[in-house]
Amino acid sequence: MTTTLSAPDEAPPEPTRKPRKRRRTPALPYLLLIPAIVLELAVHVIPMLTGIWMSLRELTQFHIRDWSGAPFIGLDNYKVSLDVDSATGKELLHSFWVTIACTILVVGLSYGLGLAAAVLLQRPFRGRALLRTLFLTPYALPVYAAVIIWSFLLQRDTGALNHVLVDQLHLVDDRPFWLIGGNSFWSLVIVMVWKHWPFAFLCLMAGLQGVPQDLYEAAYMDGAGFWRRLRAVTLPMLRPVNQVLLLVLFLWTFNDFNTPYVLFGKSAPDQADLISIHIYESSFVTWNFGLGSAMSVCLLLFLSIVSGLYLFFTRKARADA
Amino acid sequence: MFKRRIATVAAAALLASTLAACGGSGGSGGDSKTLTYWASNQSISLAKDAEILKPELAKFEKQTGIKVKVEVVPWSDLLNRLLAAATSGQGPDVVNIGNTWSASLQATDAFVPFDDATIGKVGGTNRFVPSALAAAGAKGKPPTAVPLYSLAYALYYNKKMFAEAGITKPPATWEELVADGKKLTKGGKWGLAQEGAHVSAHSHHAFILSQQYGGEWFDAEGKPTFDTPQNAEAIKRYVDFLAADKITNPGNAEYAQNESVTDFASGKAAMLLWQAAGQQLALHGMKPDQWGVAPVPFLANPPAGGKKVDSMVAGINIAIFKHSKNQEGALNFVKFMTSDEEQTVLNKAYGSLPSVVTLSDDPAFAGPEQKVIADTLAATAAPLPQVPEESQYETLIGGVMNDLFAAAAKGKSPSVAEIQDKLKTAEEQVK
Repeated sequence: MTTTLSAPDEAPPEPTRKPRKRRRTPALPYLLLIPAIVLELAVHVIPMLTGIWMSLRELTQFHIRDWSGAPFIGLDNYKVSLDVDSATGKELLHSFWVTIACTILVVGLSYGLGLAAAVLLQRPFRGRALLRTLFLTPYALPVYAAVIIWSFLLQRDTGALNHVLVDQLHLVDDRPFWLIGGNSFWSLVIVMVWKHWPFAFLCLMAGLQGVPQDLYEAAYMDGAGFWRRLRAVTLPMLRPVNQVLLLVLFLWTFNDFNTPYVLFGKSAPDQADLISIHIYESSFVTWNFGLGSAMSVCLLLFLSIVSGLYLFFTRKARADA
Repeated sequence: MFKRRIATVAAAALLASTLAACGGSGGSGGDSKTLTYWASNQSISLAKDAEILKPELAKFEKQTGIKVKVEVVPWSDLLNRLLAAATSGQGPDVVNIGNTWSASLQATDAFVPFDDATIGKVGGTNRFVPSALAAAGAKGKPPTAVPLYSLAYALYYNKKMFAEAGITKPPATWEELVADGKKLTKGGKWGLAQEGAHVSAHSHHAFILSQQYGGEWFDAEGKPTFDTPQNAEAIKRYVDFLAADKITNPGNAEYAQNESVTDFASGKAAMLLWQAAGQQLALHGMKPDQWGVAPVPFLANPPAGGKKVDSMVAGINIAIFKHSKNQEGALNFVKFMTSDEEQTVLNKAYGSLPSVVTLSDDPAFAGPEQKVIADTLAATAAPLPQVPEESQYETLIGGVMNDLFAAAAKGKSPSVAEIQDKLKTAEEQVK
């Protein structure tokens, strides 16, 4: 994924230089690459290949000690994961849809909030620096500590949210649950947005700094109002930032494990059963590492395809424009 | 040329160090003078556990010259860490395991089996309480661990609240419990405190009630038999305390951190089903004369096949990893921990019961709470199914009950057919 993201944009064709006299390629540059290659192998490639290898095995507690000897079962794990008539497949599909819905909401809201805050904080005013710092706090806090505080706030009987809603504002009579049942989905969305939007804010603010001021002045002279300027100047100028930002937000939200795990524990409510938690449960809690790996590989394929299509179309749109 | 040589050497060194890191040596070490021990969290905090264990381990070092490095592991991490140690062959020499995982962990083949010769070295089979030893592995196989601390469920009740409601004795049947609960539920106080989102606790109650209704979660071959009417009835009975009888505060549906113990200790609820709660209640400031303890109730009219079981055999076992390079020292340590002296010291500190028969008449364990636990373990407790899939049963059934409790909090009492349906889905996921 990283390689695709950091690939240079279509560079202008290099002016053809006169080929210099060929020299013997020095070994040093390649040797210097070795540490990076070793690390890349150790951190990404080998675990990934091991995951694929595991997904083809029946790797349960019976084989965990001698895991390399787990029996080969071909594509059976994939069949079970993807068979929507079986309980396992049905639940995986359910958590997939929950994740999609959650991701769309979280990315949309985080982006919207981030953009609004970035635009509003463009003009200098007293206390701007303070506000900027405050907005970035969620991003700087350790996830575990932040989310566990949310889980305290959202407790039904002792949480601060219900205290305000029920005891102080008298908006609802019956104390709602936020961590179990249907509301748990919304709690998750809110906590994730709270966690992700400062990143959007940071990226967009940086992007806005790069927009030349005279474009706004020109638009202003042409009589463009706030919304028109936003649509005609700000958003097009932010396109390169947006492209990366939306993709990163999508991938982070889709794969977020920490937030639901800390908020709900090992067994998330049905309505907020994100796919990352679901795969964790299949592999680590019910001890079927082969099945969990197969699910992870499917997820990886799905995310690669979505990212690939996204990059293809955004590039194409830019090339066409 | 010189530069190139440096680079080559550097690269080679880096490669070598990476490879060395991959095959690096784990914590246990190979010498016979140290042992690594993962203790489970038994007391109110990890630090308190370490404080209780340290002087005992020093005693062991004095006797044998073997230094024990102890790490107290929280319950939420223990199973995963045991798995990781089993997989990698790296890790401690001696560990504590929750006895309900015995058969699941036995299946990994990573632990030293306590066959006749091995168990002989720590005092022999007859030294251990039979029911506790029965919960240390699958039938017909040598146990994968030996019992260390024994526990069982009991019914705790608030004496003052009972007296105020005019109730003279603790309920002996579920019907009485509901009737009493209704009398006690008033003015913001509730009859019963339940742990409505606690996966392991759910699986325990599902097992106990299923036995009373004549059900089983696994058949003799170890195949899951989740979706029987008896199992569904059992779960319905437990959820209905909140959903239909309304003697549990709906807020309990999200309890998973022992909040129900706090509620009981602070007088918000009059009854609690728990294992050896006494020590925790004292830490919450409840005096021993404020609460009473009785066996877990039974069904007034059990159906055909219903068994007189009111607790699972709960407890903590001690096991030795096969990969330990200090097998003899590890076995010595197990012998030490299960000796009469240590059993007295440690079980007193934790409020649990000794797992050895030699201490069954010891006055140190003759308090009312310990007596109920001991009687239960002796007569009416049964081990959870000792099958490799036990850990899956815990998670899947616990998950089903979490969802039922969430619905119950909104006043929805599940039907038997509905529960059977959910159990069927859960059963299909057992591999």
